[in-house]
Amino acid sequence: MTMPAVEMTDIHKWFGSHHALRGIGLTVAAGERVVVCGPSGSGKSTLVRCINGLETFDEGRLSVNGIELADDPATLRRVRRSVGMVFQQFNLFPHLTVLENLCLAPVRAGGVARREAEDRARRYLERVRIPEQADKYPGQLSGGQQQRVAIARALCMEPAIMLFDEPTSALDPEMIKEVLDVIVELAGDGRTMICVTHEMGLARAMADRIVFMDEGRIVEAAAPDVFFTAPSSSRARLFLSRILHH
Amino acid sequence: MAANAARWMRRNLFATPLQGLATLALAACLGAAAAPVLDWAVLSADWSGERRTDCTGGGACWVFIGARLGQFVYGFYPEAARWRVDLAAALVVAAGLVFAVPRLSRRGTVFGVCLVVAMVAAGALLAGGAIGLPAVSSRQWGGLMLTLVITVAGLAAAFPLGVLLALGRRSDMPVVRALCVAFIELWRGVPLITVLFMASVMLPLFLPEGAEVDRLLRALIGVSLFAAAYMAEVVRGGLQAVPRGQAEAAMALGLGYWRTMASVILPQALRHVIPGLINTVIGLFKDTTLVLVIGMFDFLGVVQVALTDPEWLGFALEGYVFAGLVYWIVCFGLSRLSLAIERRGAGAARGNSL
Repeated sequence: MTMPAVEMTDIHKWFGSHHALRGIGLTVAAGERVVVCGPSGSGKSTLVRCINGLETFDEGRLSVNGIELADDPATLRRVRRSVGMVFQQFNLFPHLTVLENLCLAPVRAGGVARREAEDRARRYLERVRIPEQADKYPGQLSGGQQQRVAIARALCMEPAIMLFDEPTSALDPEMIKEVLDVIVELAGDGRTMICVTHEMGLARAMADRIVFMDEGRIVEAAAPDVFFTAPSSSRARLFLSRILHH
Repeated sequence: MAANAARWMRRNLFATPLQGLATLALAACLGAAAAPVLDWAVLSADWSGERRTDCTGGGACWVFIGARLGQFVYGFYPEAARWRVDLAAALVVAAGLVFAVPRLSRRGTVFGVCLVVAMVAAGALLAGGAIGLPAVSSRQWGGLMLTLVITVAGLAAAFPLGVLLALGRRSDMPVVRALCVAFIELWRGVPLITVLFMASVMLPLFLPEGAEVDRLLRALIGVSLFAAAYMAEVVRGGLQAVPRGQAEAAMALGLGYWRTMASVILPQALRHVIPGLINTVIGLFKDTTLVLVIGMFDFLGVVQVALTDPEWLGFALEGYVFAGLVYWIVCFGLSRLSLAIERRGAGAARGNSL
């Protein structure tokens, strides 16, 4: 059996007195596509942010591609180079052009020559269908375009794992589809993907497994057809009835 | 053109009878106040000549300024070596212009290197004692040249130190943070005049017998540390204005702390605080006059010395007006410069084409 992409054992996390993660155990196989859903405040984002060390955890063990996560800068950098992340708020660098946004990390952290980094950047911009925006600044793009640039930026480090933290929650409704299309298309690449989202359409289209969280625990993990048709927990049934009846 | 002016005046100055009256009244007041000044400074002033007896017009005696201009600018720097000061100034200005070169890649790094090289070369030129140039002791430096040396060298040291202090004050490491807070609060809490006294009077007491640090260098260190504390707080304000997500995105891409700061956070933070930084620069430029209290003659100091010259007694007004004018021109120039950098920076940040 190949090494799992992410392996979490009994992860606990407190924010002050708030117990945000209460004993998370989750193994994601290499190449697996997992969608994490659940009501807000259930710890989904915190869970995903632990994987690339943006959030620390207080108890438990977490390894990424076989590297055990620790709080030292060298380990963190090593893990982060193989884990790409797409944020809810895009977090593009406003003072750099789209192309510079994409080339910064490969050149400055990945040891890629500038020439090659630019070629790669243009290739991924093509992939997210905005090659013509390379020389603009993020502020000149629509939200949907910005999020697609952010996806391309993460891809430029050629990560083995991609994390998405509610990638469409900050978008205007008419821009959600263009971003979802790109994510679904990427899901065909065989890359490990972990995606926090409320878009159940996305979950159906790309997920191998759906992980449902509530109050810092994983309540249920199942294949999409099982999860949507016959959820085993009452909490998941309630959640689904609320969001699907909209 | 004239029609435009007339329309502008009608709309802004004479829109109603009352407004017209007010305009006329104010114009009369302004004229009454300005006329004597104009008369003194220009109409009845004497502009050419060599000695005080050439001043016969009854107005300002600018002859005095002309006769002493060399000293105002170069202090007591040997006349035959003044070209070295000119060349040093030209070097630093040329390095400064590098910043304005359009479409320069790695602008910050190139600019920094050019500036450091130019300043070291300028320092060597001014001090001499090597490459066949006779040494000129810093005791002979003075005038506008000394003012600019202290301002430019002080800033060159204070800016990077201020940035480091600002980063340190926001560090996760408690010891680093505490040290930075202590440093900033200590230096900010003490008047510059005290710092200069300490540097010139107290410091030698702590040094071993025979060891001596140049007086100018001591003053420079004091001024730099003082300015660094102020800059640190200005820069910290800028750092706080950069959203948290920026650092998170950079770190998630695998950039380390220093790379994240240098490539992502500081370019945005510094752009936010250009007005505050220029404020500090202007403050420092004017505060350099305080080196007078430790026996150094900056621009204002040299002007005051000239006023006590028995040959030229009685021209204090001319001297102070001239000094004030020079300070104002430099500070106003700096403020225009700040606006120019801001406009260019803000454009890039907002993403408008420049």
